[in-house]
Amino acid sequence: MAEIRSLRDAVAGLVHSGDTVAMEGFTHLIPFAAAHEMIRQRVTDLTLVRMTPDVIYDQLIGMGAARKLVFSWGGNPGVGSLHRFRDAVENGWPRPLELDEHSHAGMANRYVAGASRLPFAVLRGYRGSDLPSRSETISTVVCPFTGEELAAVAAINPDVTVIHAQRADRDGNVQLWGLVGVQKEAALAASRVLVTVEEIVDDLTPAPGAVVLPSWTVDAVAVAPNGAHPSYAAGYTVRDNGFYQSWDAVSRDRDTFLRWMDEHVLEEAR
Amino acid sequence: MTWTSDELMTVNAARALAGARTCFVGIGLPSAAANLARRTIEPRLVLIYESGTLGSKPSRLPLSIGDGELADTADAVVSVPEIFNYWLQAGRIDVGFLGAAQVDRFANVNTTVIDRGPGRPEGRLPGAGGAPEIAASCGKVLLVLRHSTRNLVGKLDFVTTVGHGDGPGSRARLGLPGAGPVAVITDLGILRPDPETAELTLTDVHPGTTPDQAVAATGWPLAVAADLRVTEPPTEAELTALRRLAQGAPDA
Repeated sequence: MAEIRSLRDAVAGLVHSGDTVAMEGFTHLIPFAAAHEMIRQRVTDLTLVRMTPDVIYDQLIGMGAARKLVFSWGGNPGVGSLHRFRDAVENGWPRPLELDEHSHAGMANRYVAGASRLPFAVLRGYRGSDLPSRSETISTVVCPFTGEELAAVAAINPDVTVIHAQRADRDGNVQLWGLVGVQKEAALAASRVLVTVEEIVDDLTPAPGAVVLPSWTVDAVAVAPNGAHPSYAAGYTVRDNGFYQSWDAVSRDRDTFLRWMDEHVLEEAR
Repeated sequence: MTWTSDELMTVNAARALAGARTCFVGIGLPSAAANLARRTIEPRLVLIYESGTLGSKPSRLPLSIGDGELADTADAVVSVPEIFNYWLQAGRIDVGFLGAAQVDRFANVNTTVIDRGPGRPEGRLPGAGGAPEIAASCGKVLLVLRHSTRNLVGKLDFVTTVGHGDGPGSRARLGLPGAGPVAVITDLGILRPDPETAELTLTDVHPGTTPDQAVAATGWPLAVAADLRVTEPPTEAELTALRRLAQGAPDA
């Protein structure tokens, strides 16, 4: 059953240095507050998994928390490059970053296999692409019924998955809606699950298209209002497009980035 | 009215969606073109975004594929595994509309890394996203990018997404179900694969552009079609709709 804990306690209890951590939310419900708490607690040597690294992983990578990144699209959506990600890959700053790179279809299916507790998933993918030449987790399998050769991608089973949701009830049942991305699969694929929520409510009234993660699939729920900012939580907050645009200048320069993180993330702990 | 070369590109990219029923939309230039098409030539066009929205009808141009309005205005919102498996892979989508960093003569695409020469680290691009499977499984593919020798190259540094592979028959050998790229729309004109060789050939130039300009801006010896056409100038209605979109103004 999920325990309702402070964000600080939940991160300290569930996210450890060296872990494989998936923080999902496909452009919506991105768990920024949890990532900032991980940075404050100096969790490090992580294998970070996420389809779209986004600004959240730009921050973790720039702060040196990651040794490896598993992903499928690493840009600042609608704006341009993720400069901290690029600096790590191109120049090894602040430390080298190993990559395991996929397509979106491949990553989504890796989570599906993980949630299903299967060793791999099949898809029609990667045909003719150079991507398999750089990844140990893409192979092929022959269909035993038709003889068709299909792509096989290894399951992802993170040590811990961290997501943000709109709300949970007092028993720790979690409800999210809007663009639901791949969070259900990422949560069910993981050994441990941490969910931050906008609020805790007495009753989870049904919402159209909502995903519910029953309390017994979640380890900890922590209240973090506006915890997806600069991403958003449909029904609660709106995407801060201005922040995404301004991140380009903040992240372009190492010192500007470090000063920003110091002022906006680390200072909260002091 | 006067117009910019980027406007020529987007207007012609939108026109290329005439007759399409469903379009899987990449963010950036493709999204601008697909939203313009929905306001001009193809009002019933179903816009599908990889964030899981089917039939988005945004009133202004989204910055990202995750803008709330795409979900709020959609006919249905599904999970990311579902959009790729049940909708894209199953062959339900007519047109895939993609941007690109590098495109070669067979309309293959690189969005992964740029070779910056000996002794220098590879330049990092965002990566594949949905493109490899969008280009594989949609009925056909449109590409839109600015025309330069940097973008249209003799040889890709990395093949992220297959267009026509190494030429005729390549897609069939690889087992790619869709027809692949049918047009590359740039700010100078339109390139289409030659029916015999599958090599991208200049079939149209935009008003005010010469074929020599397009050839000079291409990284391989660009063939020019014998019956080279000039695209129709943008109409006032197209430009007005595009400028309203670009300004983030709601639907007229």
